[in-house]
Formats: sequence, structure tokens, C-alpha cells
Amino acid sequence: MNVPAELKYTSDHEWVKIEGDTATVGVTDYAQSELGDIVYVEIETEGEELDKGAVFGTVEAVKTVSDLFMPLSGEVIEVNEGIESEPESVNDSPYEKGWMIKIKMSDPSEADALLSAEQYEAEIA
Amino acid sequence: MKKLALDKVHREMGGRMVPFAGYEMPLQYSGLTDEHIAVRESVGMFDVSHMGEFILRGEKALDLIQKISSNDASKLEVGKVQYSCMPNGKGGIVDDLLIYCLSPNTYMLVVNASNIDKDWAWISSHNEFGVEMEDISDRTCLLAVQGPKAAESLKSLTDIDVEGMKYYTFEKGTFAGVDNVLVSATGYTGSGGFELYFDNEHAEKIWKAVMKAGEANMIKAAGLGARDTLRLEKGFCLYGNDIDDTTSPIEAGLGWITKFTKDFVDSDLLKKQKEEGVSRKLVAFRMIDRGIPRKDYPILDAEGNEIGNVTSGTSSPSLKEGIGMGYVKVDLAKIDQEIYIGIRNKSLKAQIAKMPLV
Repeated sequence: MNVPAELKYTSDHEWVKIEGDTATVGVTDYAQSELGDIVYVEIETEGEELDKGAVFGTVEAVKTVSDLFMPLSGEVIEVNEGIESEPESVNDSPYEKGWMIKIKMSDPSEADALLSAEQYEAEIA
Repeated sequence: MKKLALDKVHREMGGRMVPFAGYEMPLQYSGLTDEHIAVRESVGMFDVSHMGEFILRGEKALDLIQKISSNDASKLEVGKVQYSCMPNGKGGIVDDLLIYCLSPNTYMLVVNASNIDKDWAWISSHNEFGVEMEDISDRTCLLAVQGPKAAESLKSLTDIDVEGMKYYTFEKGTFAGVDNVLVSATGYTGSGGFELYFDNEHAEKIWKAVMKAGEANMIKAAGLGARDTLRLEKGFCLYGNDIDDTTSPIEAGLGWITKFTKDFVDSDLLKKQKEEGVSRKLVAFRMIDRGIPRKDYPILDAEGNEIGNVTSGTSSPSLKEGIGMGYVKVDLAKIDQEIYIGIRNKSLKAQIAKMPLV
């Protein structure tokens, strides 16, 4: 299972890449593998200010539907439009083409509570 | 939790095992969509050994079957299979099943895994005919080899003329060197193919022989996930979803297996339903708006009134859009009728469509 060392993680199987006060969010390789063939990603929260833990969207595989949770508080400033037409890129490229949203963090100190790659690997082991 | 005879083989092939009806069953191997398309376009093999098999023997075996079964089993002859259901005495359904006529006084009933105990008790309670009943579920392996290339893939393994077999017939013969394999031209995918019944001890030999014989047609092992999407595209009912103890065969569109040529449990009640009509009907639908229907989502009319509920739903791997089945009030149960599905606080447009959807 691919768990890039430079990213941060949550127990909800999301990854977070922090650059300045912006956080890019997606689901992990483990998550996409557990979900199976992803056929629809619905994110309708662009422009909204959401708290950590709030639902920002939904990911649907053929047989399952799962909520997506904010790993950090802030404004959803961008949604990856590519995954609307090509949801399978979440399966094929979870850390790159399959990214989901960018958040403008309202409290960057929350990032301290995210899991390291090592901690996340231990969770899914 | 029971293990399949092929448990080890499934794990070696990368099968993701999940609990289902008391068994650890393969949900998927290479991926649901991949397996689904393989069955639609070529051939795939499912291990569905969790299914139950009962043998009914005796001079009055047919009388017992006629009593419990909605279809008319007197039409069966040796080598033929019939789809039917068992009404529950209150207008609902105990289970749906296949009935095989093995010899003039011997039948095999194939029932859903989750209902084995319930069905056994139900059939036993109507056995005032002295019919000998045997549950061979635990020792019987059932592999479904499904798809347009199934016959071509299997023909080298047996003397049975698989390419000439008619739908809903079966033959017993030698298969992959194993005697007494029942080869049945049936299935739950709507893509044609065969179901193979044999004793557990031969499971690995037969599985491997079929995988090898199917190589030229790129045969894929397929799991319960693809089995469900394949049957749903064809509008086949799944017990526990689309039919259950509270749905009548008439409501479920199973009038074609409900024959009033004989008396059976609920025959009067169901005849009355057929003549006077029912208040709801099982329909299939396709999403017009983008969204994926799921079991228990509400079905709404244009004004937002609830008119029914989704009993099965998925994203169709063949159509690449949301499809489903559900019960709706009978006045709205018309082909092309626009309906709405309540998905996460939104009302998304769908259209009732003719079955099969694919």
C-alpha cells in the first residue's frame, strides 16, 4: 500500500498536503482500494467555511457510498473538477490526479494533530 | 462462519473475502467493473456454493412441490429446470428457488443461502406426503460459469453438448474427469452460461480446469459484487431486497411463475390479487439526473410525495449510470414515467424503464 512519507493523514483515510496556509486533501491508496471502483465523487461545498470533521462531499463506489470529512477547519477554495468526469482517477492516482479539495486553513495549528505517514501505516496494518 | 471448499484458492487469487449468509464469500478479485464486463463480453466464474440444495425423493415428491411452489412443477420433465417461489401463507414470499427434475420421483430445490434453515422448516411443515428430504448444501459445490463465451470455454472439458443445451435444461455427466457433475444451463447474470453442481471434494480440480480452459477467452474469477450488478441490470429479483416475506409475487412482477392451474399455498389470495390488481408494483428505473440510488432511498413523485422505496440500486457498470429497482404505487408504475429518488436531501430525476435495463 502506497503511503507517501511527505504527506499527513487522518484516521478517516484522507491525506493532507500542506503548503503555506493551503491544504490539499484526497483519499489514501488504502481507502480507494477498500472502496473499490469509484464511479462518482460529489463535492458541492466549494466556497463554504467548514469545521474540522464536517462532511465536505461523498464518494461512491459501485456498491458503497462514503462521506468525505474535513481534516482541518477552513474554506473550501477549490474542487478538483477532473474527478467529476473521471472519478476513476481516484483509484488510479489517489495522491495526484485524484486529489479532491483545497482548503484555506482557518487554524493551521490543527495540522499538528494529523498523523504522520508512519502513524497512518501503523493504523492500516 | 463457514468456509467454502475453495476458500484457499480464492485467497490465493486475491479474492477479498466478506461474511455473507454465514459464509466467508469472495466479494471481488480484480475489481467489480472488470469482472462485470468480463461476464457481459466473454466469461467469468463465480463460486456460489453458499446456495442451498435440498433433494426431495418419493412417489409424492411432486405433490409436495406443487403445494409449496407457485409455479406449476407438473410441467417439468427430467432434465428441465423451473424458476419459482414459495408463498408464505400471508401473501409474502418465503424464498425464490430453482426446481430441478432429476428423475420422475426425485427433485432438487436450490434455495438462497440466507434462507436454508427457514426454507427447510417451511417445506418440512407441509410434508404431509411422506416425501424423503435431504439437505445436501454443506457437501455441494456450485460454480457459475457465465457469459457469451461460457460454452466455448467449457466444451473441451466434457462430453455433454454444452453448446447445444437449451436455457433452463441440465445434464449429468463427466466434467474435467469428474463423474456425476450436474451441468445446468442457468444463471443469475442474464449473459448465458452454466451452473455446475458437484461434491466439494472435486472443487479445486474443477475450478482449476475451468480457469485453464477459459484462458483463451480471458476468463476471470468474479465475486458477489459483480453478481449483484449483473443481476440488477437484468431486473432479476434478489431475495431480501426486492422480494421478501412482505412482498407478493404479483406485486414483484412474478405473475409469470404464479400458475393457477393447481392449488398451492396462497393460490386463492394471489389469484384474487391478479384479478383485482395490487396497490404497488416492482419497477426498474434509470437515473436521468446524476446520482446513484441505494437500497431504502425514498421514491418520490414530482410534488415530493413519497410513492415507494428503492429495494436495489447501484451504478451500472454497463450503462455507467445509476440504476435501481423499487416498489411504487401502481398508478405510477408505467414505462417512461418520471419519478424522483431522494438522495442525500436532494430529489433527483429518474425514469421507470423496461426490464431488462441492459
